[in-house]
Order: sequence, then C-alpha cells, then structure tokens
Amino acid sequence: MNDGSSMGGRTVARVEVRDVHFSRAGRPIFRGLDLDVPAGSVTGILGPSGTGKTTLLNLIGGRLRPARGTVRVDGQDVHRLSRGGLYALRKRMGMLFQSGALLTDLNVFDNVAFPLREHTRLPEALIRDVVLIKLEMVGLRGARDLMPAELSGGMARRVALARAIVLDPVMVMYDEPFTGLDPITKAVIVQLIRKLNQALGLTSIVVSHDVAETFSIADYIHVIAEGGVIASGTPDALRETGSAWVRQFIQGLPDGPVPFHYPARPYYEELLEGQGA
Amino acid sequence: MIGWLQLLGRWSLGRVARLGRGHLFLVRTLASLPHLVLRPRLVIRELFSVGVLSLLIIVVSGGFVGFVLGLQGYVTLVRFGAEESLGVVVALSLVRELGPVVSALLFAGRAGSALTAEIGLMKSTEQLAGLEMMAVDPIERVVAPRFLAGFLAMPLLAALFSAVGVWGGYFVGSGLLGVDSGAFWSQMQSQVDFHDDVVNGIIKSVVFGFVASWIAVFEGYDAVPTSEGVGRATTRTVVNTALAVLGLDFILTALMFGNF
Ligand SMILES: Nc1ncnc2c1ncn2[C@@H]1O[C@H](COP(=O)(O)OP(=O)(O)OP(=O)(O)O)[C@@H](O)[C@H]1O
Ligand SMILES: [Mg+2]
Repeated sequence: MNDGSSMGGRTVARVEVRDVHFSRAGRPIFRGLDLDVPAGSVTGILGPSGTGKTTLLNLIGGRLRPARGTVRVDGQDVHRLSRGGLYALRKRMGMLFQSGALLTDLNVFDNVAFPLREHTRLPEALIRDVVLIKLEMVGLRGARDLMPAELSGGMARRVALARAIVLDPVMVMYDEPFTGLDPITKAVIVQLIRKLNQALGLTSIVVSHDVAETFSIADYIHVIAEGGVIASGTPDALRETGSAWVRQFIQGLPDGPVPFHYPARPYYEELLEGQGA
Repeated sequence: MIGWLQLLGRWSLGRVARLGRGHLFLVRTLASLPHLVLRPRLVIRELFSVGVLSLLIIVVSGGFVGFVLGLQGYVTLVRFGAEESLGVVVALSLVRELGPVVSALLFAGRAGSALTAEIGLMKSTEQLAGLEMMAVDPIERVVAPRFLAGFLAMPLLAALFSAVGVWGGYFVGSGLLGVDSGAFWSQMQSQVDFHDDVVNGIIKSVVFGFVASWIAVFEGYDAVPTSEGVGRATTRTVVNTALAVLGLDFILTALMFGNF
C-alpha cells in the first residue's frame, strides 16, 4: 500500500518544497522556502501565528500557486499538473482543516461517505462498511447519525479526520489539529495521528503552534518564520542545538529574537505625527 | 485631488476586476452544467429548496397584486364604461410586466439571498476549500446545481405569479365589483396574444432567472469569507439583482414592444 520510508537505506521525500516564493496582498510570506517531508514520517511544521503555515499546506495541495519555486509531491510538480492530474493527486492526500470543514447539510456518516460516493462506484453496502471502519478508528462509530452542528469541536475534527482517510490516502495534512481543544481531547488527537500514521503507513504533516504536542509526536520538525525555514531536525536535536530564536519559541518567551511587534515605522515618528506638527 | 483620483482609479479597477471574475465564473459554471445530466438528483434537491422557499411569497404577492390591479383597473375603466375589458388589463399587465419583474424581485429577496448566504457560509467555513482538497470541484458540485435550479424555477414562479394574479383580479373585479365574468374571460382570451404577450413574458422571466441566479451564486462564491462579508454579499445580491432586472426589463420591453 505504502512504499515505505526508505529505499536502499536512503530516506525518500514525499514532499519537496524548493525555493518557494509567495506573497499575499503585496506582503511576502515565503522568500525561498525549502523543506522536505520524508515519506512515512510525522513531520511537524512549527511557527508563530501568521507565518504562513496554512498557506504552505495550500501550496502543497495546489490551491495556491507560488510566484517562484516548485513543490513536488511524490516527484510530481504540483503546479505543473493538469486539472485532472491535480485532482488525481488530491485523492491521494487528505487534509484536515482548522475548522473541520464538514459539510453542514450532511450527517456524520454521509460526510465520511462523501468522497467515496463522489469518486467511486462502490455498492452502498461496501461504502457502509468502509465508513464504519474509519469512524471506528476515530472512535465515533456511535455518532454516525449526528449532524455537524451537534458535534463538539474535538468530535468534528475526528469526523473530519475519518473523512480525510476514507480514500486511503498516502499523506494527510493536519492544519492546527490541537487548537482549541481540552487537554484530554488533545491527547486523543495526538494519539490518533500517531496511530493512523503507523496503521495506514501514512505520511503526516502536522502544522501547529502547539510546541509540546508537536514535539511529542513528530519524527522531524521544521520551524518556519520570516519567510523560510529557520531550524529543522528531530525534536531532540532541536531541543539540544536550537538557536536563540528556536529556544524562545519552544520555551514560549514573549520577546526575544522574535519581535513582539508587527513591522511598523518608528514609534516616536508616528506619535509626533499625531501632534499635527 | 491626487488622492481622490487614486481612490477613483482603485475603485474602478476593483469594479472591472469583479466584472471579469463574474464572467469567468459564469463560463466555468456553464461549462459544468453538462455534468449535471448524470446527476439530476443534485438539481432536483436544489430546485425543491429554491422553489419551495419562494412558493408562498410568490402566491401571496401574486394574489395581492391581482387584487390591486382589479381595483385600479376597474376604477379607471368604469369611467369610460369599459369595465368589461378589465380581464385584458389585468392579464396584460401581469403577463408582460408584473409577473416576470415582481417575481424576479421577490426571488432575489427570498431565494437569491438564501443561495448567496448558503454558498458564502460554505466558503467562510472552509467547506468549499475542503471540497477542492477532496478533489471535488465546488463549482460543479455546489454552484452549478444551484444556478440551474434558480434558472429553471424562475419562469415557473413567474407563471404562477401571473396565474394567481389573474385570479386575484377576477376575484375583485367580478366577485366584488360586479364585472360580468363571461366578458372578463372572453375579452382576455381574444385580446391577449400568445406569441406577443405570453411568449415575450416567458422570455423575460427566463432572462431574469438567468441573471438573478448568476448574481446570487457569484456573490456567494466571491464573498469575503467572514460573517460580515457574507452579510454584505447577501445585501449585494438583492440590490444588484433588482437593478439588473429593472434595467434589463426596460431593454427587453423596448426590443419586444417598441416599434423602432
Ligand atoms: N486571503 C488572504 N488575503 C490576504 N492575506 C492573507 C490571506 N490569507 C492569509 N493572509 C496573510 O497571510 C499570512 C499567512 O497566513 P496563514 O493563514 O498561512 O498563517 P498561519 O501561519 O496559518 O497562521 P495561524 O497559525 O494563525 O493559522 C497572514 O499574515 C495573513 O495576514
Ligand atoms: Mg493557519
């Protein structure tokens, strides 16, 4: 099913991002971003709010196009694919949105069944079995008749996770899977990501600013800020050798190499201006 | 001065860009209509919700407009002793003008705004992005069935509006004001031309249905994905549809009935 993480002892990259430049509303988000996601790994992408983590996932999924540089998934250049090619690739990657993005007019069962019904001609009995298996994996087989509005945030995210894996993808991207959850649900999600990664032989990309959770499940971590990767490595390596910046981020200190302020003109200039000089 | 010009320039550029997006969007929507042949159930579901949403308001408004036409027509006609022609006046006003125009305005207020809000909310809650990532084209799956349903429902609603209106005019004219019922119907039958009046009215409602549905789905799809943005998009749907329908009505009327 999955081609494993090593070929002749060398790690194979599932996702290769090379020299990606991207700006939004004239503000550069990425300036030469390079990173690899090894196949079969859980790779964490850490970074402060607004650095472009969601943007990165959208670039990998082909929803956004970089101004320069390439993104390869399984060796295929995402932004050179035809529409059909891109859609075929997307069927092999699942994405878990920050909000879950469940279809509000379908119940839990139909939400999970949705990709199957859209993309396959499986008989209804088989669809039922597949959906129940996936719901069982996330522990929500009993919630199959609930509507999305009746789910808690954590449940919605688990349903979305079941839906993301229903087509047996080779890769799943998680956008902020831990945000806004209580500690127990957080732990459940952490465990699920790890478990699914092993059981299904997935490659997982976990985007987050929750340092502790990401450190606890990731095999590799890339820390991004200021338009590029500023540190990468295994969690242990990062803890040992992290730069001042990385340490500030990991320990959660309010000010340091990462400024507390959004870029602005000098403070006194702006204050003086207000006096109508 | 320069700042003002700059603002005007930015505003016009924004307008032109939106117009361009709107047309590209329409092309993509029309291009995905053939897919719906294989999945009629998607359209039927939307047809049901668009139609049912508007049914009550169309019937009630059609009735009242008919009542008023009956009253006003009678008051004017009776001065010339021509109250027998009330049926003609009521039917022509409804079939040619009021049916298509008023039902398009009501459609925008009821179904159009609901379509915009629905699609806009799907955008702001990442459902559309989610569909894209599941390799499902939101235009094909979400937009096109709604557009088609609105387009198909509009002429039916306009016809219903006119029919109820005629009945309302008859109720007031014949039932309350004592116009001869035989004259009411026979004059209507002889004076209302199928091609010139009925078909032209249907053409109008088809055009209005196209424009109203297009505006409704586009405003939703193009909405700023926040609750405020969706609210504004809903308002824009109603305003833009009203303007477009009234403007087009003038053009179509001139083309159909103005002997240039
Ligand atoms: N549609 C948009 N138009 C303009 N700018 C945008 C848009 N979406 C995002 N941005 C900007 O891009 C930057 C990166 O956004 P992104 O959502 O990728 O950040 P993030 O790292 O995911 O943040 P968070 O951790 O808060 O989710 C932000 O500074 C934001 O202001
Ligand atoms: Mg984000």
